[in-house]
Amino acid sequence: MPESLLQLKNISYSYHSLQTETPALYQISFHIDVGEFVAIVGPSGCGKSTLLSIIAGLLSPEEGTIVFHNPDGSLSYPKIGYMLQRDHLFEWRSVYQNAILGLEINKKLTQENIDRVLTLMKDYDLYRFKDKKPSELSGGMKQRAALIRTLALNPQLLLLDEPFSALDYQTRLTVSADICNIIRKSGKTALLITHDLSEAISLADRVIILSKRPATVKCEVPIRLTLPDDSSLAARNAPEFQYYFNLLWEALSDEKK
Amino acid sequence: MKKNKTQMAAELSRQEAYVKSRRQYKRRVFSMRIIIFILFLLIWQFSSSAKLIDSFFFSSPIKIVLCFWELFTKKSLLMHIGITLFETLISFLLVFLVGMAAATLLWYSSGFSEVAEPYLVILNSLPKSALAPLFIVWLGTGTTTIIVAGISVAIFGSIISLYTGFMQVDPEKITLIYTLGGKKTDAFKKVVMPGSVPIILSTMKVNIGLALVGVVIGEFLAARRGLGYLIIYGSQVFQMHMVITSIILLCIIAMGLYLLIQRIERYYASHL
Repeated sequence: MPESLLQLKNISYSYHSLQTETPALYQISFHIDVGEFVAIVGPSGCGKSTLLSIIAGLLSPEEGTIVFHNPDGSLSYPKIGYMLQRDHLFEWRSVYQNAILGLEINKKLTQENIDRVLTLMKDYDLYRFKDKKPSELSGGMKQRAALIRTLALNPQLLLLDEPFSALDYQTRLTVSADICNIIRKSGKTALLITHDLSEAISLADRVIILSKRPATVKCEVPIRLTLPDDSSLAARNAPEFQYYFNLLWEALSDEKK
Repeated sequence: MKKNKTQMAAELSRQEAYVKSRRQYKRRVFSMRIIIFILFLLIWQFSSSAKLIDSFFFSSPIKIVLCFWELFTKKSLLMHIGITLFETLISFLLVFLVGMAAATLLWYSSGFSEVAEPYLVILNSLPKSALAPLFIVWLGTGTTTIIVAGISVAIFGSIISLYTGFMQVDPEKITLIYTLGGKKTDAFKKVVMPGSVPIILSTMKVNIGLALVGVVIGEFLAARRGLGYLIIYGSQVFQMHMVITSIILLCIIAMGLYLLIQRIERYYASHL
């Protein structure tokens, strides 16, 4: 059994205002294994993004603990890459300068890291555009540039907060397949938030369903698709796809009643 | 193929026609502006020559040109212009530096900005000319007083608009910096500063005009040199030509300073 990279134990979190307390997460526990691609689905506004912010260390949980097991045995907090909903490429920087933003902030602009960014840009067909402004790129290219910016810091765990939701449907299908391939090829562990069930089924190894607010883990569904090849576009034609879709749909519909 | 080509030619000429009509319109606007200006001068000159208005009080274009020449040759007009320009530019620069520093500080500490808010609002809406007598008592009459008067007019509004501009930066872009492992300083250097350049430039555009207002107020009250002084002096000795000439020079200075900042703004926009 592969060791889990990340383990959440009874995480709870509430938002506070002067009038009232709004519980967002209640006693959430799950784990993610090394190299696994996990998707989290749940009704909108159930606190999915809050959960990611807690894992990323932007918020601290009010209750519960997060345990990391670094593969190299060290106790330090693992490097986490967080990809937000929108690409947020800065218009006053070129595509390349945007890609190295994280390296710049962490003062890691070594030749080795720069070469890796350039290789990533070549691999994902952005090298030609490296001196262009972000506004000259298409939506899919922007998303790839944002992913390279995240990968530049070589994170062990990737958090993806509905990274495709700003794209139109067609671009979304190709870009999500694209990005999923990039992540799988680089052997990263990833946690994806989405409200699109077919996206979750076609990309993830395991889907975690959250209840409505305050969110708890309702159930976990491991996804096993029989596939001719590894492309996530083909996944939508797998014989089990419909079964999983109905399963998730019912679990979520329960929640909405 | 052939059809396509003729189609393209037709489209091209339609594009050309559009460009041509736009240019024509621009030219017409420009010539209208010039015509109004010339008409104004002509009517002014005519009514004073025909004694419809008293040129002692209202002056006339020709008398203003003569007065300009006299001031230029005998009363060292260039020195007065230079003094006013110098004082304006110094107050503008100080307003810019102090404004940026203060707005940065307010951005860094939300507690500090909440404490400072009522003070800023009150000081901003206070008529700054009311402070001028205080400055004279504290600092005497001279360049320092005038520069401080110039600063006082522009500084509070400039802090408020720079701070508001800094706060308008998309909070998600700041979150992005944190997700990349950055600190608040990184957020300021990488997002807030570069993202606020347009707002900084438009604030500068307003400030340079306000600094000129403050400097002229200061010169009214506490100067022996400068265009503000010439205006007050001219009105005291009933030399309306001198007053109006100085006002026209102030118009030209204001326009020049504004165009200068606009140049910087355009340069920035085209090099973005």
